[in-house]
Amino acid sequence: MIDISASALAAQIFTGLVLGGIFVLLAIGLSLIFGLMTVVNFAHGSLYMLGAYFGFFLLGLTGSFWVALALAPLLVGVFGLLVERVLVRRLYGRSIDDPLLLTFGLSLVLVEAVKLVWGKVGLTLDPPRELGAAVNLGFMTFPVYRLFVIAVTALVLLVLWLFLERTNVGLVIRAGSRDPLMVRALGVDLGRIWLLVFGIGTGLAGLAGILAGPMRGVYAEMGVTIVIESFVVVVVGGMGSLVGAIVAGVLIGEVVSLTTFVAPQLAEIMVFVVMALVLLVRPSGLFGEAGLLE
Amino acid sequence: MIGRLLAWLAAHPVLGFLGFFAVFPFLVPYKALATQVLIFGLFALGFNLLYGYTGLLSFGHAAYYGLGAYGTGIALAKLKVGSLWVGLAAGLALAVAGGVVIGFLCLRRRGIYFAMLTLAFAQLLYFIGFHLAEWTGGDDGLRGIPQLPLTLPGVAIRLNTPLAFYYFAFALVALAVAGLKRILDSPFGAVLQAIRENSDRAVACGYDITRVKLLSFVFSALFTGLAGALDALRLTVVPIESLYWTTSGQVVIMTLLGGAGTFFGPFVGAATFLVLEDRLSLFIESWPLVIGAIFMVFVLFLPRGIWGTLQGGLHGRPRA
Repeated sequence: MIDISASALAAQIFTGLVLGGIFVLLAIGLSLIFGLMTVVNFAHGSLYMLGAYFGFFLLGLTGSFWVALALAPLLVGVFGLLVERVLVRRLYGRSIDDPLLLTFGLSLVLVEAVKLVWGKVGLTLDPPRELGAAVNLGFMTFPVYRLFVIAVTALVLLVLWLFLERTNVGLVIRAGSRDPLMVRALGVDLGRIWLLVFGIGTGLAGLAGILAGPMRGVYAEMGVTIVIESFVVVVVGGMGSLVGAIVAGVLIGEVVSLTTFVAPQLAEIMVFVVMALVLLVRPSGLFGEAGLLE
Repeated sequence: MIGRLLAWLAAHPVLGFLGFFAVFPFLVPYKALATQVLIFGLFALGFNLLYGYTGLLSFGHAAYYGLGAYGTGIALAKLKVGSLWVGLAAGLALAVAGGVVIGFLCLRRRGIYFAMLTLAFAQLLYFIGFHLAEWTGGDDGLRGIPQLPLTLPGVAIRLNTPLAFYYFAFALVALAVAGLKRILDSPFGAVLQAIRENSDRAVACGYDITRVKLLSFVFSALFTGLAGALDALRLTVVPIESLYWTTSGQVVIMTLLGGAGTFFGPFVGAATFLVLEDRLSLFIESWPLVIGAIFMVFVLFLPRGIWGTLQGGLHGRPRA
């Protein structure tokens, strides 16, 4: 009896880690874009949704999940570059609220456009056959695909960390989010860096979308609630902090997953309760610096 | 001609409101649309006090609208208080209480966090409303709100015709409009606009801006709650979507279309939005796409909205 619930609990903890991974990918993109450009990308959830739809499209076109997994985030990233270049760039220097309003409008347009192209009914995205089974880990059985999602998330985070900490471009990005005026004074063309970061951030959202597709289904509104939860992750972790995004993402993923285990109807509510508690105790978030980026 | 009309309106906004909306139901194709414009205009007016005049972008105004609607609806349908006034008061009290608590929490963070936090707390209320089905009706919405007569000393007026309800709503919205004018003309209103223009300088002048912002938040929740309460009476149902983030998005769109920070912008925006929705949904199933695109054009090129742009022609640069 105890054995069964212990393994069920373990499975639930792993499920929380998978969900947390999706949150982390979304929150890091939001946080990077905000940290550098003070743009809150409300369309982040729609780009996550686009990632899943592009994945579905590419899977149908090529028949290979791996090609879709590699190309869908790239396509979303390219779309993100266009959004920055054509739309968001016009608003630099205006109120900090304007990019948020613009991307809110964009998210409405994208959700409806996707419904026009792919229909209103949700789609299913099948994981590749080699990841379709469940594996017995000794203390529990768990779908291989979900372990794969955890591994991909960890790998992407490692690459991103190396990029930000060990390359010159990464150095400029970090410097640019600390003091853009000084970086410009040193002769760096921040416009290109902004474009790059917007592309990376939106690409990460696309990756999260195609990874989540086989687990959570593909539908036009899939990005709506998750973008609000990602905002919560960013607020809890502290805006602009990558470590904060990772810790808070896993924390919120576990909170949802473990609450679902005990009292399913409270799962969505607990996310916001955690946020309210963090706000009361540490208004700048777990890893945020007070006053930074406000 | 138009210039002089705008100038007169700028000097006497409340009279302008009374004059126009007294005949408004006879200018639109059906009376229900007139009432809708009035109620959503009031909703946008509440939002505009916070965003347009204080400079705080809330993405969670569905919370106070829904609290107003559910407060009134629950008092009338579940608690059966049997009085229109008590029902309205319950809605307003709930909206104000929500505004105090959520405002206090959200104002702990400045700037862009504020928008995200208001959105998150509104979503929290949506989920609570969804699961508290015993009181709220959950997914089905709250049904069975009785149509009570309006009782004043000596008379009871039935509100069961669209026109009677319109003028009942008109009287309350007119009070709110006059109240807003009073707030904006007061020293407190001047501090609000000082915070919008330069909050650091307002602090340096010695104002406790967190308190002022909270008060603005609560007034905004009060106006918004009245709109929600009126809508519950109009529909005799409170749909769960009242609390959903799309409702918050709608009021953002309305206010920006009309012109944030202008006195009539919210009503112009509400009318534009509702007429567009009404017309577009006849032809195109995906009308939100069109509204979203129009909204983006306004953010990019007409940030002052319809009314603000009209006024800008008057005050901004010399007219051709």
